[in-house]
Amino acid sequence: MNRATIDLWVGAFVAIGLVSLLFLALKVGNLAASSSGETYRLQAEFDNIGGLKVRAPVKSAGVVVGRVADIRLDPESYRAVVAMNVESRFKFPRDTILTINTSGLLGEQYVGFEVGGDSELIKDGAILKKTQSAVVLEKLISQFMFNKAAEGGDGGSDKK
Amino acid sequence: MVNALRRILEALGRRVTGRIWRLGFAARFLFATLLHSGTALKRFHLTIREIYFTGVLSLIIILVSGLFVGMVLGLQGYDTLQRYGSTEALGILVALSLVRELGPVVSALLFASRAGSAITAEIGLMKATEQLSAMEMMAVDPIARVVAPRFWAGVISMPLLAALFSAMGIFGGYLVGVQLIGVDEGSFWSQMQASVDFREDIINGVIKSFVFGVIVSWIAVFEGYDSEPTAEGVSGATTRTVVTSSLAILFADFILTAFMFRG
Repeated sequence: MNRATIDLWVGAFVAIGLVSLLFLALKVGNLAASSSGETYRLQAEFDNIGGLKVRAPVKSAGVVVGRVADIRLDPESYRAVVAMNVESRFKFPRDTILTINTSGLLGEQYVGFEVGGDSELIKDGAILKKTQSAVVLEKLISQFMFNKAAEGGDGGSDKK
Repeated sequence: MVNALRRILEALGRRVTGRIWRLGFAARFLFATLLHSGTALKRFHLTIREIYFTGVLSLIIILVSGLFVGMVLGLQGYDTLQRYGSTEALGILVALSLVRELGPVVSALLFASRAGSAITAEIGLMKATEQLSAMEMMAVDPIARVVAPRFWAGVISMPLLAALFSAMGIFGGYLVGVQLIGVDEGSFWSQMQASVDFREDIINGVIKSFVFGVIVSWIAVFEGYDSEPTAEGVSGATTRTVVTSSLAILFADFILTAFMFRG
């Protein structure tokens, strides 16, 4: 086999190898959408973050505007401090309320922005205190059960 | 009695020092290969020729195995996921298991048995027929002329083959999951894209396959160069290449996974 043929085959091999890497990066890893430009850092304090994880999406009106960058516990207030990277082209009013929501009944958790009406905007590095904690399903169920039990008890006493 | 015990201990000691000596020799051999890589990179057509033999000729087995591994993942993954009513997560399952583990590991195992054994047999036969000594007589360094191009060809081919394997596998999973079984196409891709991270998953997979490429090529050229110059010696060296590289790949995979995906 002569050299030109070998060069051709190797060139084709390297080319399809690189194309498959590109396929993995763009179609599977979605590189194009995940790293679009500059971000700014926001922090928010929550009483309970539930099952929120690092790299969970940050959404406003259901549209992804950033990602959770870091989660830690404030050792003094015992509240969870969630740091987020939000895309720079999205600015939010200062009285925006942050909530932790669940997509679907048992889906992954994300941070949602309830946009306020303040004319001042959130600055880079700001710490937001107006937050709403994650809904913990067990608590909800136990509350519901307690209420039911209390009602049931009352009904029993009425009958007597 | 004492003599017998002494002989047993001596044999054990000989085996252990022999192994360590051989490992040291292999390390020095790798170092020499890296040191004499100048020719392989300057006269790059030598390396390109070897990429043809190791990479291009491994294409068929890698592509076909990737496709079938992906298709099996699609079938098995669907069977398990549908019990929990979350068949849309099939894309995540197929993509993550291929990109993180199966792509690099299985393609490296195939590469070791397809290309690694061939390299060992070729270099071993060159040694057995005294072609390497002839080169030395002509003042041509056999490590620079024969070993280094094969080593680098393996190192370059391996990540490309692993990427092809993963891409083919995901395509196979798509074929079975979406086209055959009928998982929703939109959620198959979008859930996959939402959970596969470029740096965390794909780059780490590429790093893994690169490390495996170094391991397999190193073992293959070393076993060939170190083989006994007889027909039996060459066949034994070929077997050792496949066995040692397979074990080394799986061991290195465990170490790398422990470091990469612990969090």
